[in-house]
Amino acid sequence: MSDSSQEEGKRKSPKDLFTKGRDFLDMYSKVAEFTKELMEENSKLQNRVNELMEERERLLTEGGQDPEEARLLRRFEELKREKQEILNHYQQVEEENKDFMHRYHEIESENNNLANLYVASYQLHSTLDLNEVLDIIAEIIINLIGAQTFGILMLNDKKNALEPVKAEGVPLEALPEVTMGEGIIGISAQKGENYYRETGGGREQLDVWKPLVCTPLQINEEVIGAIVVYQLLAQKEKLQKIDYDLFNLLAAHAATAIFSAKLYGDSIRKQATIKGFLDLLTH
Amino acid sequence: MRQLLVFALRPMTGLVVEEASDGLAGLKKIQTQTYDLAMVDINMPLMDGLKLISLIRQDEKNKDIPVIIISTESGMDVKEKADALGVNAYITKPIMARNVLNTVKSLLEAENG
Repeated sequence: MSDSSQEEGKRKSPKDLFTKGRDFLDMYSKVAEFTKELMEENSKLQNRVNELMEERERLLTEGGQDPEEARLLRRFEELKREKQEILNHYQQVEEENKDFMHRYHEIESENNNLANLYVASYQLHSTLDLNEVLDIIAEIIINLIGAQTFGILMLNDKKNALEPVKAEGVPLEALPEVTMGEGIIGISAQKGENYYRETGGGREQLDVWKPLVCTPLQINEEVIGAIVVYQLLAQKEKLQKIDYDLFNLLAAHAATAIFSAKLYGDSIRKQATIKGFLDLLTH
Repeated sequence: MRQLLVFALRPMTGLVVEEASDGLAGLKKIQTQTYDLAMVDINMPLMDGLKLISLIRQDEKNKDIPVIIISTESGMDVKEKADALGVNAYITKPIMARNVLNTVKSLLEAENG
């Protein structure tokens, strides 16, 4: 700075100073205003950042920013629900299937049992010959029930006792004559109630007074005989449900068949006698 | 056994069923007539079932006829003898009628192709 300039500065008036001060205040005011604007802008940007952060979080949750992704995500959730429903339905069907299978086996078993009962009843009434009826009863007991040792006893009214008329697996003579009410067999016959010994298949020493099964043969309530089982076949461990059904069937149908055969035999004999008598009269 | 299923098989299957009272009678029938299947009990009077089957297998006319054994015997030795004779089915007593019927049906179906 030259000497002349320094001199000029020293000569500035108060008016100039006032003007400078006012300019400074103007500038300060503008800076303050600008700062305020910046602060407001900053605040707006901060809000916008927050909004974008929230938007980002939301989009991430909904499957990204892509609307297609969000749609697919919703579809995925629907398919998951459908899959669970199908699985539940599948389990339900599986349970039903098991139930049907169980019922099928029951019906199959029942059919098998009915077939055996049919065979037995069909056979019992296929003849009016007493010996054949007794053979058929024996065949049913061997083949359908699976008994190895047994006897058929018939009631002798005069003696009030059951007499052996057929035996299998044991000599006929070895079977006892049983008075009604005597021992297991006699009591069972007198009461007209089946007797079953649930334990063992009769593998122990044969005791003719201790049967495995005693089935009174009855017509209505009248006992005409009894079937007495002592031992089952080696491969048959115990009686099954069908066996009890067969014994019940035998109790009624075998008695009827025996009674019919006896009546028929008697009528044939009487017919022959009458015919002979008539022949005598007419010749 | 000789009678039990005879009458039952007839109405249940529509088959023509004939019976023989013993092994010899069975052999005579099978040699003089034509059958599609034989059902044999092991324990029979006059001739046991295994002997009858061995004679059936030696007969040119009947050597391939399906044979079912129905027996009270469940021992392996009897089954092995039956297998050796080419027995097609072995049913142990007590029998289930439907089991017998199903066996008869399946053997006849196999026989008739």
